[in-house]
Amino acid sequence: MLSNDTYMELLIFLILFPLLMAGLLTLIQGENFRRAAVISGAVLVGIASLITLADSITTQAVYHSVPVDMIGILIFIGDILISGYIIFVSLKARQYLVTGITILQLILLCAVEYLALADHAHIPELFSDQLSGIMAAIIGVIGGLICVYALGYMREYHAEHPDRPDKRPRFFGIMFLFLSAMFGVVFSNNLLWLFFFWEITTLCSFLLIRYPETDEAVKNAYRALLFNLVGGACIPVAFLVIFLGQGSQYIGLHELVTAGPGIALIPAGLIAIAGLAKSAQFPFSSWLVGAMVAPTPVSALLHSSTMVKAGVYIIARFAPVFEGQIVGILIALIGGITFLAASAIAISQSNAKKVLAFSTIANLGLIVACCGVGTAEALWAAILLIVFHAIAKSLLFLSVGTVEHQIHSRDIEDMNGLVTRMPRITMMILIGIAGMFLAPFGMLISKWASLHAFVESVPPYGILLVIIIAYGSGITAFFWAKWMGKLIAVGEPQTKDESHIPRSEKNILYILSALTIGVCFGFPIISWYLIEPWLLTMYQSVTDLISLSNIEIMFMMLFLVLIMPFSLARFTHSARRVPRYLCGIPEGRSTAFMGSCGINREIALSNYYLERIFGEERLSRISVGMGIFLIVLLLNILIIGGGL
Amino acid sequence: MDPFIAAALFIILAPVVGILITGLDRILTARMQGRVGPPVLQPWYDIRKLFQKKQVAVWGAQSFFIFCYLIFIIFTGALFFAGGDILLVIFAFTLGHVFLVLGAYVSYSPYAHIGAERELIQLMAVEPMIIIAAIGLYQVNGSFLIGDMANHPGLPILLLPGVFLGFIYILTFKLRKSPFDLATSHHAHQELVKGSTTEFSGWTLAMVELAHIYELVVMLGFIWLFFGDNLILCVAAIAIIMILEILVDNCTSRVRWQDAMTSAWFVTLVAGAGNIFALSIM
Amino acid sequence: MSYLQKSPWIIHYDASSCNGCDIEVLACLTPLYDVERFGILNTGNPKHADIFVITGGVNEINKEVVLNIYEQMPHPKVVVAVGICACSGGVFRECYNISGGVATVIPVDVYVPGCAARPESIIDGIVQALGILEQKRSAMKAGAEGVA
Repeated sequence: MLSNDTYMELLIFLILFPLLMAGLLTLIQGENFRRAAVISGAVLVGIASLITLADSITTQAVYHSVPVDMIGILIFIGDILISGYIIFVSLKARQYLVTGITILQLILLCAVEYLALADHAHIPELFSDQLSGIMAAIIGVIGGLICVYALGYMREYHAEHPDRPDKRPRFFGIMFLFLSAMFGVVFSNNLLWLFFFWEITTLCSFLLIRYPETDEAVKNAYRALLFNLVGGACIPVAFLVIFLGQGSQYIGLHELVTAGPGIALIPAGLIAIAGLAKSAQFPFSSWLVGAMVAPTPVSALLHSSTMVKAGVYIIARFAPVFEGQIVGILIALIGGITFLAASAIAISQSNAKKVLAFSTIANLGLIVACCGVGTAEALWAAILLIVFHAIAKSLLFLSVGTVEHQIHSRDIEDMNGLVTRMPRITMMILIGIAGMFLAPFGMLISKWASLHAFVESVPPYGILLVIIIAYGSGITAFFWAKWMGKLIAVGEPQTKDESHIPRSEKNILYILSALTIGVCFGFPIISWYLIEPWLLTMYQSVTDLISLSNIEIMFMMLFLVLIMPFSLARFTHSARRVPRYLCGIPEGRSTAFMGSCGINREIALSNYYLERIFGEERLSRISVGMGIFLIVLLLNILIIGGGL
Repeated sequence: MDPFIAAALFIILAPVVGILITGLDRILTARMQGRVGPPVLQPWYDIRKLFQKKQVAVWGAQSFFIFCYLIFIIFTGALFFAGGDILLVIFAFTLGHVFLVLGAYVSYSPYAHIGAERELIQLMAVEPMIIIAAIGLYQVNGSFLIGDMANHPGLPILLLPGVFLGFIYILTFKLRKSPFDLATSHHAHQELVKGSTTEFSGWTLAMVELAHIYELVVMLGFIWLFFGDNLILCVAAIAIIMILEILVDNCTSRVRWQDAMTSAWFVTLVAGAGNIFALSIM
Repeated sequence: MSYLQKSPWIIHYDASSCNGCDIEVLACLTPLYDVERFGILNTGNPKHADIFVITGGVNEINKEVVLNIYEQMPHPKVVVAVGICACSGGVFRECYNISGGVATVIPVDVYVPGCAARPESIIDGIVQALGILEQKRSAMKAGAEGVA
């Protein structure tokens, strides 16, 4: 479709334009100007990313060498600047662990660059294929939508928290810087470049988490920084392995992956550890949970749809290397245990954002498990999961953010009967939740496909993963269904009040809901035109992943589920209204009853949180322990040669 | 058999079979208690009577959710008997049950609310074993399609004894029998009045009963899969298991939900997971 | 014969009774009398019930309850007052806190006197109630609204 040169210009546009916007936004002080800039920037980025996606359908992977040689040096200088900034800030804040890791990382990187000076094979720096296209579309479209949403949200945020410093220009600047860095991650073939963009995303996450400038926010920001740096430190080690062992041409992602496990396994394993840290797998999960103190658009953008997806993206890239390897099995087990543990902990959470955080961690765990298994089928499930989760989870986060501003609470227990107060928003939350666990919506397809993939792979470890998924599946149903129930349980109907919601927020939510449903209906298209061709290039043979008849059945179910609400009207007036059964002593139609001693009492119904069994502290301890064990085991195996 | 015909036969015949089995269930229960018991068609009379009542409700939306529940249970059962993918059937069942749970939540009634929470706990307790049973059947048959499993020439149960035992254990949950009839039950004087079905009446309640009957038939169909295409053995097994369930129902009292859930998970792990793990390394 | 007569579900409530009649009502459910032969189930939930079996003279506190339960029962429904207290207040009729029977609160269809009423009378009363239930159903079907 597009010529190679135009295509490369498109990629560079996607990396540089948000960068430019970032600079611009940091300078704009006026709110109207900012609004115009953000909206136009988001629209342009969105369209460009969609063009990239569309083009990747027709063209095979395209590799570009950037004609400017200097960029490598510039990137190295960039790395030094980032590290320098982090060292400076962490020293001031007396976060010496962070300083230490950064210095270590810097030393390793300098060693790598020194080696690179000597041995410098020429590889294309940028590339793009179907997977990059999908990721780019997610970053561009979802990212753009979230940035526009943030306009209204941040205005309300500062109205509600006048004590927090209003640094909105910087906020939006960093959001766009982040978008730029994410495009860099998914378009980089040169792993040195990828590392640079990776570190920028870590930095953006740090700056955005600490935005509220409360003690808790700063503390959690440093924890996020620390964990991501610990993981990120493995990447320069991987580079050293490449330069010292294999040769500098393997610093290219494509070259490394196609070289096969013999050459790529150890570097891939090390980089996967960085991916595990970034996608908040156990033992690294606590940074993501702590990051929920950030404003909701940050949680939606970084900590559910895009940045954490960078972690699983890189593991997905290396999946062909991990197939059938013990390293892959270990990574898959880490993912599986994360899935189970995070789902279990989510049951005991009543803070809506924490539920969403743990659910995100769990889904990332499932994706990691699929990538660790590494077969074509598993990877198909993983990529579908990435797509569905990014859309549905951002819808949920943004809806919760909107609800929070209206009811001034993040607690699910306060969302009782929300369907009468905010019917449209509730409908969208229900769509989002349904998208997370109900057949025939998207996540269900992925869970189904991953079960199919696990039974056949790597006996007997595949069965271990199957067992883990089996337990986790019921658990996820529990905490999602009880949230849904809370939203629709109506005691006293409240007055409908959706008028105070900013226009921009509502519209973005509508778009995201439409996208969620659209992607559910359209997943065969995504599969046939994007995922399967990509898998074909990676694996050279792709079995029939999902038969036509199953697709038809899912469509039937989807159709039923979507048209059912229209029959709701028929039911609402057909029955005689009576009070709920309170052993015969309710007070009129209200939710009160006459208790003993003639005192009227209000019904108070709350969900089960099963603290004794699923309490966060106990389960976190166990899972972090298991995670540490597995990571240490993984490192050991990588050190002794990969266990090929 | 052509899948569409099988599905249609299911939709029409399952209530007949289910009502007969439920009726026999009540007669057997009565005899065990030294009583005579109702006529065998009593469940049919119950359902027809419920359709003759003029409905009352806390909110009209309750009926909507129960209607969805019934539709999806029927759809899932039809999919099952048409020979579809067993995992899809299981996940579609979950969808159906979530509709029941939502219908119970809507009314904001204390008994229905706790009933709904317990329904979810039951769902959580039962799901691992059912998925593991599906995986076990896949390992024996090499296919996830129920059509293939039903035509298996041998006896899958010989390779799946643990899975079968685990499945029977959670069958008690599914059939809503003691000691696991946590959420709602047919016995009177429940601790939760009627639990999740407290606020339903008239044809809404009839739909719940009908859905239970359809589900019963599907669960018995599941047992069938453990016996391949051996018709006589299948029927005998189903009969024995139903009698056993009724016996257990009469001899036990309800346990706390904590014990129900943890025991189900434990049995799943030891019997079910152990079985499929052993099969995978064989 | 309508299905209501083949599957009558009862809700049993003690409105300030001495429990004597309640024990007799429960005795009907035991193997000796076994009313489940007639499809009768004791459901504790008014929304599922067809027949309201009520004992006791009704006092100030449970007047509300009786009204409430009766209201929550779907049509068609019948009320069977079991025991002389439920019929007229019995020996407690003159007491300051007793209403004087169920009929002072809700319309009663069948009176089963006795102190305590014997299971045979109770079953007989329920069978009569079934006939009235069928009449109400026909009337309801013919278009007339059931009296609330």
